[in-house]
Amino acid sequence: MNESPRYRLTELLACVAASLLEDGSSAFVGTGFPIVAAMLAQRTHAPGLLIIFEAGGIGPQVPALPISVGDSRTYWRASAASSMHDVMSASQAGYVDYGFLGGAAMDRYGNVNTTVIGDWHHPRSRLPGSGGGCDVGSLVWRTIYLMRKQSTRTFVDQLDFLTTPGYLSGPGARERAGLPSGSGPYRVITQLGMYGFDEQTRRMKLLSLHPGVTVEQVQEASQFEIPVADALTVSPEPSDEQLRILRQIDPQGMVIGK
Amino acid sequence: MSDPVEFLGELIGWHDPDENRQWVRENKPRQMIDKRTTVSAAVREYVKPGSLLAIGGFGHIRIPMALIYEIIRQQVRDLTMIGKTAVHDIDLLIGGGCVSRVEVAYAFGHELRGLSACGRRAVESGRVQVTGEISNAGYQWRFLAAAMGVPFMPVRTMLGTETLTHSSARVIDDPWSGKPLCLLPACYPDVTLFHVHRCDKYGNAQIDGILVEDFELARASRRLIITTEKLVDHEEIERQPWRTAIPFYLPDAVIEVPFGAHPTEMPTQYYFDEEHIAHWMEVSKTDAGTRAYLDEYVFGVPDFEAYLEKIGGQERRKQLERLMDLRPKAEGGTA
Repeated sequence: MNESPRYRLTELLACVAASLLEDGSSAFVGTGFPIVAAMLAQRTHAPGLLIIFEAGGIGPQVPALPISVGDSRTYWRASAASSMHDVMSASQAGYVDYGFLGGAAMDRYGNVNTTVIGDWHHPRSRLPGSGGGCDVGSLVWRTIYLMRKQSTRTFVDQLDFLTTPGYLSGPGARERAGLPSGSGPYRVITQLGMYGFDEQTRRMKLLSLHPGVTVEQVQEASQFEIPVADALTVSPEPSDEQLRILRQIDPQGMVIGK
Repeated sequence: MSDPVEFLGELIGWHDPDENRQWVRENKPRQMIDKRTTVSAAVREYVKPGSLLAIGGFGHIRIPMALIYEIIRQQVRDLTMIGKTAVHDIDLLIGGGCVSRVEVAYAFGHELRGLSACGRRAVESGRVQVTGEISNAGYQWRFLAAAMGVPFMPVRTMLGTETLTHSSARVIDDPWSGKPLCLLPACYPDVTLFHVHRCDKYGNAQIDGILVEDFELARASRRLIITTEKLVDHEEIERQPWRTAIPFYLPDAVIEVPFGAHPTEMPTQYYFDEEHIAHWMEVSKTDAGTRAYLDEYVFGVPDFEAYLEKIGGQERRKQLERLMDLRPKAEGGTA
């Protein structure tokens, strides 16, 4: 895309992601980019956003960018500093609206690999594994993914390993497997655009393009075919106010500068 | 109905619940006994070659570093590690040649800081074997089952994934709803290491901040070694017993180790030593660099106190205390 000098691509993505989190909803937030987006939402349109961290932080006013999802900053001025059993159980019981994750590779049904590249027994590259990712993708109502490097290497036909469930093999597959009914991937945000999942086929489709990006670029950066929504939109550019807050949240550019 | 599935993960840490009850009956005294000892004696007594080892805290938070360095110093071999967001601890233990196997929920990464060169090199070369996959919630619910003395915990996570088929879980149909359900086998680590804020000589331990999964893990583990920032009188525990996360009949050994989580974070006390962690991540990119680091900070010092002097002692601690304190100046803080 054509990056405007007024803002960085990462700042645009943080704003697009933040806009999905409604005031009064609850969100389970993963390390890095998802934290930045959730903090931005909390400081703009969603002051009542309930942020939950997997290690037990519940409802913090996150003061500065946490380095870890267990960092003491994840329960700064929080309602509770609890435990993983508590917050994972809350997700399983239906209290968590959104899960906010990153991912290494994804297929057309929103299934994600963060475990290995190559064969599991003899991996070409060993990745960290599920962490809380598989739990979030299994248990929250709607999972949002932030993937900054969409390409034919990350949007793939066949995952090397299915770590975290999306819609598995298609319509009804999550429920057949025993995952909570009505849960699943909701949005995917990449450097090119934002995607949702078709109600009938459960396949990924393009909902909006970031400024300056074309449908052809989106398709070229994927092994699988990506249908385009009838009402294709263009993602709104960050406002000056959003940019100011983002630079406050991450002054060293630990996430935004990457 | 659940589909038939082949499970590839090896079952580790499981005991028949009656066998474990009997073990507890014979090995865990109910009296309040003075459990104070030293780091080297506790490691020698409880961390055996081949042990299944778990470490409390989370990632780079509240990690009992004195015990980890001592395991490397004593060259305890062939450990199987519980990879429950095991990050800095497992990376060093792998670098020290102590680990043969690991069950992975999250390992080989340092969250925002990047991937772990040392741990990944060991797995990709086959030096360390991955026995199976699991998720973070999956692990702590395995500990919950063990803590409750039941053989498994029914849950709704991991279903339909290869995280499940590469784990030691099983799938059955719920007799009431008829829906497929994941059964996680109880997991009893042979030994678990914790670093806590305050503890008395009997092992009554209090943790400030999030507990992560330490409540369940402390009750699941057969042996428990506790290092504490501060050894307190039993009367101090009695004054606020509701703060006790780990009661005395669980721990086997207690050692006072101030600044004992360095370079990881001790909630409310001191923040991550990012420079030190970055240094490890850089030098551990090669076997030679890993060896040089261990020579300097582990083998090159007799104990944890000498290590603390090496990394800057009290002066460094004060800097990390200031980073922890996010209160504005007007409220008596340093930010």
